[in-house]
Amino acid sequence: MGTLVEEIFSRRLGREVRAGEIVLVDVDAIMSHDNTTPLAIKAFSEIGKPIRDTSKIVIHFDHAYPAPNQLAAENQQKIVKFIRQQGIDNFYHRGVCHQVMIEEGFIRPGGIVIGGDSHTVTYGALGCFATGLGSSEIGASWITGKTWFKVPETILVRLEGQAPAGVYSKDVMLALAGQLGMDGATYKSLEFAGSYIDNLPAHQRIVFSNMSVELGAKCGLIAPDQVTLDYLVNETKAQPPFEQFTAVNPVYERVITLDVSQLQPMVACHPDVDNVKPLSEVSGLEIDQVYLGTCTNARYEDLEIAAGILKGRQVSRFTRTLVTPASQTIYEKALANGLIQIFLDSGCTVNAPGCGACIGRHGGILAPAERAFTTMNRNFIGRMGSPEAEIYLGSPAAAAATAIEGRIADPRPYLV
Amino acid sequence: MSRAWKFGENLNTDEIIPARFNLTIDPQELAKKVFCEIYPEFAPGVQPGDVVVADANFGCGSSREHAPVAIRGAGVKCVIAASFARIFFRNAINIGLPILECPEAAAGISDGDQVDVDLSKGIIYNRTRGTQFQAAPLPDFVLKIAEAGGLVNFLKEHDLEELSA
Repeated sequence: MGTLVEEIFSRRLGREVRAGEIVLVDVDAIMSHDNTTPLAIKAFSEIGKPIRDTSKIVIHFDHAYPAPNQLAAENQQKIVKFIRQQGIDNFYHRGVCHQVMIEEGFIRPGGIVIGGDSHTVTYGALGCFATGLGSSEIGASWITGKTWFKVPETILVRLEGQAPAGVYSKDVMLALAGQLGMDGATYKSLEFAGSYIDNLPAHQRIVFSNMSVELGAKCGLIAPDQVTLDYLVNETKAQPPFEQFTAVNPVYERVITLDVSQLQPMVACHPDVDNVKPLSEVSGLEIDQVYLGTCTNARYEDLEIAAGILKGRQVSRFTRTLVTPASQTIYEKALANGLIQIFLDSGCTVNAPGCGACIGRHGGILAPAERAFTTMNRNFIGRMGSPEAEIYLGSPAAAAATAIEGRIADPRPYLV
Repeated sequence: MSRAWKFGENLNTDEIIPARFNLTIDPQELAKKVFCEIYPEFAPGVQPGDVVVADANFGCGSSREHAPVAIRGAGVKCVIAASFARIFFRNAINIGLPILECPEAAAGISDGDQVDVDLSKGIIYNRTRGTQFQAAPLPDFVLKIAEAGGLVNFLKEHDLEELSA
């Protein structure tokens, strides 16, 4: 009974749980990466108690991988030593942690997963309660196997209608960010539903959950349905049977309804995620770097959309265009199906899967006064390098069109 | 008395400490870069016991604990904000950085004002203007972690189950 988040906690605890209650729950997986694991190891060591269940711990190298400098290399060396010492089996360097968590089968409907990364909310698209925590809590939960939550109130986002050609889930999510604002859902659960979501493939649903933290949300959930189950069976190592559930007689704090059929391609402009405008208002703005990557929009289908636009065309001479598949698995599929060749032929630079450019670590750092158009989820000042650079966020299709023109460009003329 | 350093709304963790400086976990090293891009005078000028004051949604963005660690490393006594982003709120409690949620204080304190803070009572005094503010109390559950000086210290002596007792 209740909202999706109440339903997940009620199932886990075997009793009815309501928003506002503080609960202590077992977690199914505890994720961290090369950026957040060192502080978790520090907290773990200071507490000085043993790990409860190493099989729950999942550690990824993705934020600065392969190591771009000696300090990063030394960090990773320390983490590897810890992994060996503790006998932790789940250690990956196969791409962006969130995509790999899904592919490797750690994410299941009804699950409860925590991660030392704010975009851990991504897994909500598959009906899993998932949220980001800091490193001390990650290290502490290695010991306790559990953590505490205040069960959040829910804002229902009802997305209705069919999106016009050239409008993707990224555009819809940006429109929503513009409407709700960067603290519009702080501490809340965002529940995405409606006919648009029902008909949306899983990889596009993931964008909503992934970016729910940009509005401050604790989680961004979508009820697991047949689309979810098919995706889990076909695209991940998760083993059925899977739980299926919906919100039952839910009480929502607010309901927001958006008719997606009226939308056009959207862009989040420098310097805030909620500084959202229709792409048409900023088209023509010169772009020094296009970046197709990250946990938001570098799945196979995203690459396919971009490749469809870039095929037989060249990217603009003065616009560096970086393609970073979200994972090795996606990279392999893109290679096998000729997408990588299309990117190379059109003048793109294809990077190894990881997070590097998105956090200004390596592989695409911006100089002062440069402007980037990316498929990322954040455009904070200094995020990709110089604090005097500007970052614009949009869909993979808009990124591809922009790369060709060297200026922010509407993807729709390329889709005919 | 201590100096208030005032910041605006939606201050994100990249602005508190950019990701490229997160390869260290040393609080003193992090403190050298805290707020370096948005308030370059902060790190060289901050004195132990000073207070950070900000508008709504302080600490939004990434989950990096380096952000509250950097602020605490700089010797900041507490952060007062109109509201906090949830991961930052949790991280601050977990690492033992005192935080007070108080929209009235955030609105009523300017950069450079002299303030006193009574953390146990949650009272904030603006000595420059002769005003005072009452912050929202922490929930009991959270208070237990804060009073232990953070999650690590709490778990050295207690089990997590004791929080809900």
